[in-house]
Amino acid sequence: MKKNKSLLLSGPYIAWMVIFTLIPLCVVLFYALTDVDTGAFSFGNIENLVLYLPAFWRSILYSVVSALICLVIGYPVAYYMAHCRPTAQRFLYMLVMLPMCMSFLLRTLAWVGLLQDTGIINNFLEMLGLPRLSLIRTPGAVILGMVYNYLPYMILPLYAIIVKIDNRLIEAAEDLGCNSIQVFARVVLPLSMPGILSGVTMVFVPAVSTFYISNKLGSTDIVLIGDIIERQFKQGDNANMGAALSLLLMVLVFVCTGIMNRFGSDEEGGVLV
Amino acid sequence: MKKLFCFLLACVLSFGCCACMETDDRVTINVYNWGQYISEGNDGCIDVIALFEEAYPNIRVNYVTFDSNETMYTKMAGGGITVDVIIPSDYMVGRLIEEGMLLELDFDNIPNYKYIDQRFRNTDYDPENKYSVPYTWGTVGIIYNSKYVDEEDVTGWELLWNEKYADKILMFDNSRDAFCITQCLLGYDINSTDPQEFLACAQKLAEQRPVVQQYIMDQVFDLMENEEAWIAPYYAGDYLTMADENEDLCFYLPEGQGFNTFIDAMCIPTCAKNKKEAETFINFLCDPEIAGGNMDWICYGTPLSAAKEYMDPEVVNDPVAYPDDEILDRGDGYIALPRSATRLMEELFMQVRNGIAVHLPKKYS
Repeated sequence: MKKNKSLLLSGPYIAWMVIFTLIPLCVVLFYALTDVDTGAFSFGNIENLVLYLPAFWRSILYSVVSALICLVIGYPVAYYMAHCRPTAQRFLYMLVMLPMCMSFLLRTLAWVGLLQDTGIINNFLEMLGLPRLSLIRTPGAVILGMVYNYLPYMILPLYAIIVKIDNRLIEAAEDLGCNSIQVFARVVLPLSMPGILSGVTMVFVPAVSTFYISNKLGSTDIVLIGDIIERQFKQGDNANMGAALSLLLMVLVFVCTGIMNRFGSDEEGGVLV
Repeated sequence: MKKLFCFLLACVLSFGCCACMETDDRVTINVYNWGQYISEGNDGCIDVIALFEEAYPNIRVNYVTFDSNETMYTKMAGGGITVDVIIPSDYMVGRLIEEGMLLELDFDNIPNYKYIDQRFRNTDYDPENKYSVPYTWGTVGIIYNSKYVDEEDVTGWELLWNEKYADKILMFDNSRDAFCITQCLLGYDINSTDPQEFLACAQKLAEQRPVVQQYIMDQVFDLMENEEAWIAPYYAGDYLTMADENEDLCFYLPEGQGFNTFIDAMCIPTCAKNKKEAETFINFLCDPEIAGGNMDWICYGTPLSAAKEYMDPEVVNDPVAYPDDEILDRGDGYIALPRSATRLMEELFMQVRNGIAVHLPKKYS
């Protein structure tokens, strides 16, 4: 009886998922497996995916690097936030969230205005009599754009986990003779592992499929898979190839998050033991 | 008491809503046009849409822009949208006619068609003048910044491949215009459908990619005016707009090489809901006084000679906007290519843009 009730209550969401997730997925699969001109069943799109592998690796590399940088920058911030007074915590939380209230396209365009050869930074350098720098259209600019846009996704889950760590555990470790490095490495870090994992996943997944940042901040040689997919639909009039690319991207994201979660559950198991 | 107040407030609000829905019985037409391609009251020019809505108070214009014929086509072919007036280029008009995506116009509602010059009638893309009314015409050439680009390098299309200006060169982000440039450079016909010629063009474009700063359409205005980029192929009319902002910008049509001359025309697609109002809008744009005022701002060539007397004489006498017939003879118009050729061209262009090895699909080799 109770089970039926919960099924009934989750009914709307299940219906939503079927209509807006499962059916579209089938449509993607259908497009990926049909020829763009004839509409006949074909593996042609899947075979062509090989050509795009360099772009896939590039996307994965850029997003992994961004996720790691976000982690290195975000962890201390989250730790600091978690140990502030509650009012300060709320204020800092809001500050971290604040940039997300503005469109991500706009924020990326703002970086273009800052970094470009005739942009604010270079004009300022020139005013000081310093040589101009080529900042935009470099790999660094793309990573910067990703880190800037996705950093909140790293800080917020980390903060949520760190703030829950029981201070008594830290005190106990200190009582038992750990120095501060040991406390961090053997107590705090393992306990914040779930936050690290969800933070890394939440940065990695949007970063790997990002499409606007690389186009605006990268050179014409830095083509990421998100840009390619967007172009297949918008300009190329080839939804079939776009669907095949999206499918592969989806599989890759699943595999990557799967590996990370597995790694995570081992860690957690270690903590429990 | 509080509840009653809330209830009354809700009644008032919903009544207000009904009331405003009732009063606005204007017909809305959706106009889908290129970006920066109608005078909207900037720089002391007329505001075409506002004037239209004033002249026809029962029609409201919802104006949306696209950045290339291909984007517009993809959106239209995808279905699910209502558009009443579109302004694509010649070859795209031809393709839309061929694919049955345009409605025949009722010229009784477009009496101003009589002003359209003879040479813009019976065109290749619409030989019987059934589906389209010319809006503008123009040429494609190279815009460069004379402050940074040496005069001796200004020769032909090869300037766009010059490594000296690496990272300062812009390129068209649409397949037809990008291929046309390589076809002119390599001496091919711009309406060729030969797959091997396409392949050679794509290889040439792939060669160019390392020196290209960005593939762009409408962003060209900002980038060239602010000198972020120094060289860009673009439409002559837009050069005149940019030159108003930055005096160092120059324009040329490559010596001894071909180039594209185009006509952009107004059409009504099959997904239109308000055909008569759409025709009224087209007619309004063909009014010589309105067309003249409009061209003063967009600076493209007008197909209505009658409009020239309402225009700024400086624009009318500008050799970039209205080149000599002798020069125009070197230019060539696009015709609609068969679907297979268009698709091959787009696929090759995507390969160039996506940075993958340029190759012909299996069925061609």
